[in-house]
Amino acid sequence: METRKLDARIPSGPIEDQWDKLRFEMKLVNPANRRKHKIIVVGAGLAGAAASATLGQQGYHVHCFSYHDTPRRAHSIAAQGGINAAKNYRNDGDSIDRLFKDTVKGGDFRAREANVYRLAQISVHIIDQCVAQGVPFAREYGGLLDTRSFGGVQVQRTFYARGQTGQQLLLGAYQALQEQVAAGTVTMHTRCELVDVVIVDGRARGIITRNLMTGELERHAADVVVLATGGYSNAFYLSTNAKASNCTAIWRAHRRGALFANPCFTQIHPTCIPLSSEYQSKLTLMSESLRNDGRVWVPKKKADHRPAKDIPENERDYYLENRYPSFGNLVPRDVASRNAKEVCDEGRGVGPHGQGVYLDFADAIHRLGLPTVSDKYGNLFDIYQRITGEDAYQVPMRIYPAPHYTMGGLWVDYHLMTTITGLFAGGEANFSDHGANRLGASALMQGLADGYFVLPYTVPDYIASNRLEAVSVSHPAFAEAEAEVTDRFRALLSVKGKRSPDSFHKELGRIVWDDCGMARADAGLRKALEEIPRLREEFWHDLRVVGGMDELNQSLEKANRVSDFLELAELMCRDALDRTESCGGHFRVESQTPDGEAKRDDANFSYVAAWEWTGRGEPPALHKEPLAFEHVPLSQRSYK
Amino acid sequence: MNLTLRIWRQQNTKASGCFATYPVKDVAPDMSFLEMLDKLNEELIGRGEPPVAFEHDCREGICGSCGFLINGVAHGGRRGTTVCQLSMRFFKDGDSLTLEPWRSAAFPIVRDLIVNRSAFDRIIQAGGFISAPTGSAPAADAILVPKEDADTAFDAAACIGCGACVAACPNSAAMLFTSAKLTHLNSLPQGQPQRDERTLSMVATMANEGFGSCSNYGECEAVCPKRIPIEFIGGMNRDLIRALWHRRREALTAPSIVQVPSEG
Repeated sequence: METRKLDARIPSGPIEDQWDKLRFEMKLVNPANRRKHKIIVVGAGLAGAAASATLGQQGYHVHCFSYHDTPRRAHSIAAQGGINAAKNYRNDGDSIDRLFKDTVKGGDFRAREANVYRLAQISVHIIDQCVAQGVPFAREYGGLLDTRSFGGVQVQRTFYARGQTGQQLLLGAYQALQEQVAAGTVTMHTRCELVDVVIVDGRARGIITRNLMTGELERHAADVVVLATGGYSNAFYLSTNAKASNCTAIWRAHRRGALFANPCFTQIHPTCIPLSSEYQSKLTLMSESLRNDGRVWVPKKKADHRPAKDIPENERDYYLENRYPSFGNLVPRDVASRNAKEVCDEGRGVGPHGQGVYLDFADAIHRLGLPTVSDKYGNLFDIYQRITGEDAYQVPMRIYPAPHYTMGGLWVDYHLMTTITGLFAGGEANFSDHGANRLGASALMQGLADGYFVLPYTVPDYIASNRLEAVSVSHPAFAEAEAEVTDRFRALLSVKGKRSPDSFHKELGRIVWDDCGMARADAGLRKALEEIPRLREEFWHDLRVVGGMDELNQSLEKANRVSDFLELAELMCRDALDRTESCGGHFRVESQTPDGEAKRDDANFSYVAAWEWTGRGEPPALHKEPLAFEHVPLSQRSYK
Repeated sequence: MNLTLRIWRQQNTKASGCFATYPVKDVAPDMSFLEMLDKLNEELIGRGEPPVAFEHDCREGICGSCGFLINGVAHGGRRGTTVCQLSMRFFKDGDSLTLEPWRSAAFPIVRDLIVNRSAFDRIIQAGGFISAPTGSAPAADAILVPKEDADTAFDAAACIGCGACVAACPNSAAMLFTSAKLTHLNSLPQGQPQRDERTLSMVATMANEGFGSCSNYGECEAVCPKRIPIEFIGGMNRDLIRALWHRRREALTAPSIVQVPSEG
């Protein structure tokens, strides 16, 4: 199979002009010819729905696939906090340049400068686009848009729609998508899950899907395939991701030749509701906007089981404010998470299992008054009460970090093309913009930037620049891929062991969380690299899936997804072991500054680690894309 | 606590279904309702029986995937709560619970507790959008939206499309759902150019999909996990009349609306 070298195809010239220059140089497709080109988009979250709608508007023939019953369910909907844009509406010193620099720095210098600059440029257009669609952003009394500061930055550049920004942005994209469905430019395939990517003559030319209603495998051919299938936080089993979120699409593409970049770069979000029972099926995020007004603390004494209100002020440790006076409670996510783990490991955690820290609103309520606090965060306090039964207006919330986002993903060049020609990846599915740590309110920005403004240029350019002969689904490559998929499903059904798919997923999650979570050590990673293949072996010998292939079978869907997590998790640990530096969310305990902060090793690790699948049971091959920092000088992050 | 569940089991759309009874033991109060069903399903898989099919995804009450009737009440009857956020601490030892899917001709049963809600997508396709092709948008701050209108739009836009309103309505009306989208878009300045067309088209599609009409029972509002108020239906009817009035010079058949007088 033909894979391309790691050429990021960054346009030449000053960084400010690269995207404009490239857009001008791109080839165009005659409007009359566009409908003759078929584009497959897999996933209908922010990136997928935005790309499908926009390419449909341009006149291409788009086929969009979602495993949900309707594209409005995509997990983008759960994002709470907001979306960044360098509008500088607050006149507080924001600019494209500052958003660019904050993002590169926030990512701890492991993102590609050119991509991040483009993201910052596009950010301003996203807000315009969403407002025009009717996204109900928060407004001031004068009718202008309101913004707030968010997650580790010192300007107020985050636009929001109460605590449901992701929902409103997704519904905007969903509505634009439905308009195109009605117009006939987009064909929507719901309850349809990708199970393989089909490559013909070295180019991605189609996909195999499983119809989740009937179990039927279906072949779809196209000129281009775009994956916008989200991240892989569910490798941890317990995460804030939706239950169905999975890595199957990107993993199967990886097995077909797409390199997987920085799999160990995962984000553990600091403000989630702590674990309460062994049956817990997922973790719930509380928007980190809460950190704008809530104060994080734990008791100074170990194992202090007094109720929070009985602990006097001088026996409380506001550890973020004390350690990071200039950023305080607003330090980036990786820093906040790691500090929470540290104080809990010291035995100062709160709550029934000691795995929690307080987020206290007493001061904010005193300063702003109850109505203001309730106006800002009311829905979050409601969620908290519903889950924990506690009233956060009366007692401090308890929070603990949880896996939330994956910065790693399929390697893509500046055009968002993977190493498989004709296969693009957008949104969380790619690795491009966040480096080793994603700043708050940047995921929505990146998903929509890719979907509305990048892919609708680069995908047509690919179509216009290449002579793409029509491919039929009767091509042997489709038959071959379908046969492989059929074998895999039959294999899952034929094990007939004793353990449910969920029990394997839980066990895998515990391994990944313990050894490839907030702190990673050589010994732990080596242990995980022994345990995961063993668990995978057991999976294929003791799995039990009830029911058959030719029906709606949620247990089979789950088993299929878990089988891929069992492979991806190993690559995450291998990547984490290989990268002996700490950076962003990747904290190697062997590499820290004297005061316990992540210590990068720029001389040896200033690169993107892009892994190549070399076959079942074979060690993956590492390719490196060197990263140069010409516009943001390399520096140790300091939030003190 | 120990519970007895009576669950609707149905192999597929064409098959006929029936209730099956399952005891569930050792349910912890801090489990969610769906975690309790996870536990049951693990036990069923252990016995080699097909697990109960139900839809769910985010388990945070925002994606709108989950939903079924618990003892006849959509989402189980806690105000403003989806079934995924329903905690088991609201139940007590010995409770007997009947679980069945949304019942509406417009939502065919797919399997067990899963129904087909694609009719909602078709209502949105009929006009639940503001046409703003990517790239054509004016600067965001060129459009002033009074805070009150923005808040109304937001209240309406909070709908998650779960279908509980339809399931709760004796007429299987989708008017709370449709009026929520219309209120969202029709409240905003950006939504004005398409206001009449949107209203006529969405209401017509709603009727064509086989949903019934509102007769002011108010059950929809009572079960709505996002507390969408029934007053939006009044707004929708007002917008419908407005649209018909604006179009009075055209030969236009009014969609078979809307306000059927209650006989009860």
